[in-house]
Amino acid sequence: MRANSVLDLIGDTPLVDVSVLSPNPDVAILAKLEGQNPTGSVKDRVALFLVEDAERRGILRPGAVLMEPTSGNTGIGLAMICGLRGYTLKAVVADNVSEERVALLRMYGAEIVFSPGEEGSNGAVRLAQRLVAENGYVFLNQYENPANVEAHYRGTGPEIWRDCPEITAFVAGLGTGGAEAHVGTSGTLMGVGRYLKERNPAVRIVAVEPPSGELVQGLRSLDEGYTPPIFDQSVLDGKIVVRPGPSVEWARRILSETGIFSGLSCGAAMLAAARHAECVDRGTIVVLFPDGGWKYLSTGAWLEDMETVEATLDRVSIW
Amino acid sequence: MPVEVRLPTVLRQFAGGEAAVESEGATVGQVLADLSERYPGIAEQLSVGNSNDLPRFVNVYLNDEDIRYLDQLETQVAESDVISIMPAVSGGG
Repeated sequence: MRANSVLDLIGDTPLVDVSVLSPNPDVAILAKLEGQNPTGSVKDRVALFLVEDAERRGILRPGAVLMEPTSGNTGIGLAMICGLRGYTLKAVVADNVSEERVALLRMYGAEIVFSPGEEGSNGAVRLAQRLVAENGYVFLNQYENPANVEAHYRGTGPEIWRDCPEITAFVAGLGTGGAEAHVGTSGTLMGVGRYLKERNPAVRIVAVEPPSGELVQGLRSLDEGYTPPIFDQSVLDGKIVVRPGPSVEWARRILSETGIFSGLSCGAAMLAAARHAECVDRGTIVVLFPDGGWKYLSTGAWLEDMETVEATLDRVSIW
Repeated sequence: MPVEVRLPTVLRQFAGGEAAVESEGATVGQVLADLSERYPGIAEQLSVGNSNDLPRFVNVYLNDEDIRYLDQLETQVAESDVISIMPAVSGGG
């Protein structure tokens, strides 16, 4: 394999059989390893689509300064692409994301503006909106930009269909950043879900999300909640919440039983896939693993005892 | 039939600071209506009323499943069930 640019290596990720973790011998489970993308997460796909879409529309010109609220993964992908294309990225990041994410953003050349962790991603979005209005930065806005969904409708979805036409269910997280994440950007599920249902309406689309827990203390009322405009509830057939403890336990199982070093939210997605496998007679489930475990080593998730890990995860965002 | 209802931080102020309270009903809707009667501050936030729709920013889980994908407010509850109310907030990415 030979490529002209690292950008050509985005997407076309492998699908690996992890049926050893299926509780039902008649249900196969395949994991799509998005951690194989150049900066290590599914968000490379979104970042490239957002940038190229903005270039086509004439919004991004040489030397442009972009601002984006991010819990890490989208920002890291954007920072890498901006570096190659000659743009400057200012990433607005809640101050409770893992230290690896902050380091990677800086390594790829992003400037970081911190927002209060207790306000969650809502706080990062609000701060970014204010700074964009004041300074005229380019705002790609992954939460509202249809190019986010498009990246998965044109890329991730067709790849899954090509590699696994017998698919009966697709399981993925609604957000890949922020343990406080409740809806995430939802781009993966919206894009892949729509594509697969067009090919076979019987395919079930199952969302996994973390609890909007104690990390979000800035809400004064439920009305201050936020669901991204690109989220369309009708694409989903089910939605379950998985807490940090079980997410870590399943990430450990993934490592020890399949050899895949997955991110912590992959544990949550795998648990949901296993639960779905228990509820059906037979089938083939594709579960999306958004990233690898490298960015979460500092949480101690694999080596510390569970009590210590859970205390850490009350403070650090893992999705 | 009493079931446990777990409250998000933002609603605890209306229930004496409790993280979980008991409420009664045979369906999720009945449980939430009973909860609203006991704690009027929560009623205002949930504004379920007679409508069968949850406000967009409110998510309700029966055990770990979002009731929007079960039978919504008509979803049946059993004694050992746990209902969790969570605000929808923007996530990562």
